[in-house]
Amino acid sequence: MTATETARPATRTAAMRRFAGRLSRMYVVRRVLKAILTVYFVATGTFFLVRLLPGNPVDVYINTQMSQYGVSYQEAASQAAGLFSFNPDRPLLEQYWEYLSGLVRGDMGQSLLAPGTSVLDIIFEYLPWTLFSVGLAELISFSLGITFGMLMAYWRESWLDHVLSLIGSLTQSIPNYLLAMLIVVFFGVQLEWLPIAEMRGAFSPGVTPNFSLDFFSDVMYHAGLPITVYVLTTIGGWMLVMKSSTVETLGEDYVTVARARGLTDGRIRSAYVGRNAVLPLFPQFATKLGFVVGGSILVEQVFQYQGIGYLLFQSVSRRDYPVLQGILLIVTVAVVVANLVSDLLYGRLDPRVSVSGKG
Amino acid sequence: MTFLRSLMRSKAGFVGFVVFALMVLFALVGPLFTPGYLPTDLNAVYLPPSLSHPLGTDSEGRDIAIQMINGGWSVILVGVVAAAISTFVAIVFGSLAAYLGRWVDSVIVTVTDIVLTIPQIVLLAVLASLYKLDSPWLLAVIIGAFSWPYLLRSVRAQVFSLKEREYVEAAQLLDLGTPRIVAREILPNMATFIMMNFVITMTNAIYALVGLYFLGLAPIVDDNWGAMLNKAWTRGAIFFSDSIFYVLAPVIAISILQLSLVTMTRSFEEILNPRLRES
Repeated sequence: MTATETARPATRTAAMRRFAGRLSRMYVVRRVLKAILTVYFVATGTFFLVRLLPGNPVDVYINTQMSQYGVSYQEAASQAAGLFSFNPDRPLLEQYWEYLSGLVRGDMGQSLLAPGTSVLDIIFEYLPWTLFSVGLAELISFSLGITFGMLMAYWRESWLDHVLSLIGSLTQSIPNYLLAMLIVVFFGVQLEWLPIAEMRGAFSPGVTPNFSLDFFSDVMYHAGLPITVYVLTTIGGWMLVMKSSTVETLGEDYVTVARARGLTDGRIRSAYVGRNAVLPLFPQFATKLGFVVGGSILVEQVFQYQGIGYLLFQSVSRRDYPVLQGILLIVTVAVVVANLVSDLLYGRLDPRVSVSGKG
Repeated sequence: MTFLRSLMRSKAGFVGFVVFALMVLFALVGPLFTPGYLPTDLNAVYLPPSLSHPLGTDSEGRDIAIQMINGGWSVILVGVVAAAISTFVAIVFGSLAAYLGRWVDSVIVTVTDIVLTIPQIVLLAVLASLYKLDSPWLLAVIIGAFSWPYLLRSVRAQVFSLKEREYVEAAQLLDLGTPRIVAREILPNMATFIMMNFVITMTNAIYALVGLYFLGLAPIVDDNWGAMLNKAWTRGAIFFSDSIFYVLAPVIAISILQLSLVTMTRSFEEILNPRLRES
């Protein structure tokens, strides 16, 4: 905005309105708004889920406090108000407003089991381990998967294609927690190759997290099994999708033209086939990430890996509702952000989409 | 029978279908020949496989093979019902969104994107901690209620392209009415596609269901494969080499079930993408 415009208020509002109009038409802005809307809906959903249904955990908490510890209703209710950041005597709408404004300030209440510890602190203690193990596994699985998928497409109907697709559908079909169980049962208990008990946790007890090589290798030692399981159970999907995407690309006219122009095979593979075949896979990357983060509850439980899934299970079995609410919200935020980043990046990577994505 | 003909297209897909059909048959017919209630027998704890107990016994001395036969039905049932519910939601709202367009479309798409983002198994775990999900039907309804978004998106995209075809326009000119046009003219063209997604939804529902049982979030009311996993795990059966059958039997059964479903979808994929076809 120029100085002359700021001097005249009428033109300024017109310019601002035009700016706002252009802004709302922008893909990025709309995409960000949608992400915020999703988080808002999930937050609202959990709020009403916990409060509006019969036998809500707040009442349960108040009742147990009254019956077990002989606390008066007033006292129990005020305790509950502090813990759940919730006050049953106030109108629902007012509570809702308080809850939302608390969330904006990063206040999700306190843990029922460790009063005084904020839910957010607990979650941030566990979440990084899940993001680390799941993220690294996804990267490994994606890069290996697209490489194998492309090989399968180039050598279609060869023994390599058959072997890889057999392994792919076999590992893809076994639910990740069952594969984890099989590893524990066979390699841990029966053959005793892996010291399963020692490999529990996100890192060895007594070690303080730091930026040394020793700590990193310790972390990898503990994350190794979960990562192996995530990679094995997701790689088959990537291989098959990449195979069909490559097969499709190989049939495109521009590949035929590139061949006719006498370009080298290597150049056709990387610049023409590889790039165009892999691009449509990117949006799926974030969706799959969400699935794996969800699946980590089960896998982390089997390996006793102290990530967000492990925390979720602990909170469920001890009925720590504020923590549960917080986990559902934070995991959703993580997935929303992953989706957002992948969508925005994808628009940059593939010009075909950034145009149609606006429609 | 387009369905059978499609399955015959790929060898692997056909094998998958036969295995699945056999498992359903076993799960349906098997329980008619086995006792429904197995008493605890402390003299027969963790017996190795023998003629009277082909897969040995569990920590309560109950026959594992009989539990396996009795326990498949509810897993498969929940999978089918959940997939049916989510397919129904996806078809109805997906085609409505594409057909009516405008604000109906944007509302449906927004809701779909939101549900798609929420990690299903996390939500199910939280729900299970709030409510008692003790009936398989209830579990099926809840799992089905959250698994439609992926299919809805695809149905919407398909209907978008199909509604521009000439015969659909002809039907519109004849004024046959929206429900009829969608049901009679548009949906039959998507039969293979919907079947494939039905099967995929089933595998996801079974994954979620068994997962809930495994975590002990769904109350264990009968001997199904998920409940067996939970018991085997929580009672530390994995640490006894004699009891390995109690862990392995449900793990293998569930894996074979999922594998047969996944291979079935390969057949459908080959129809939808002819370039993948085996020569």
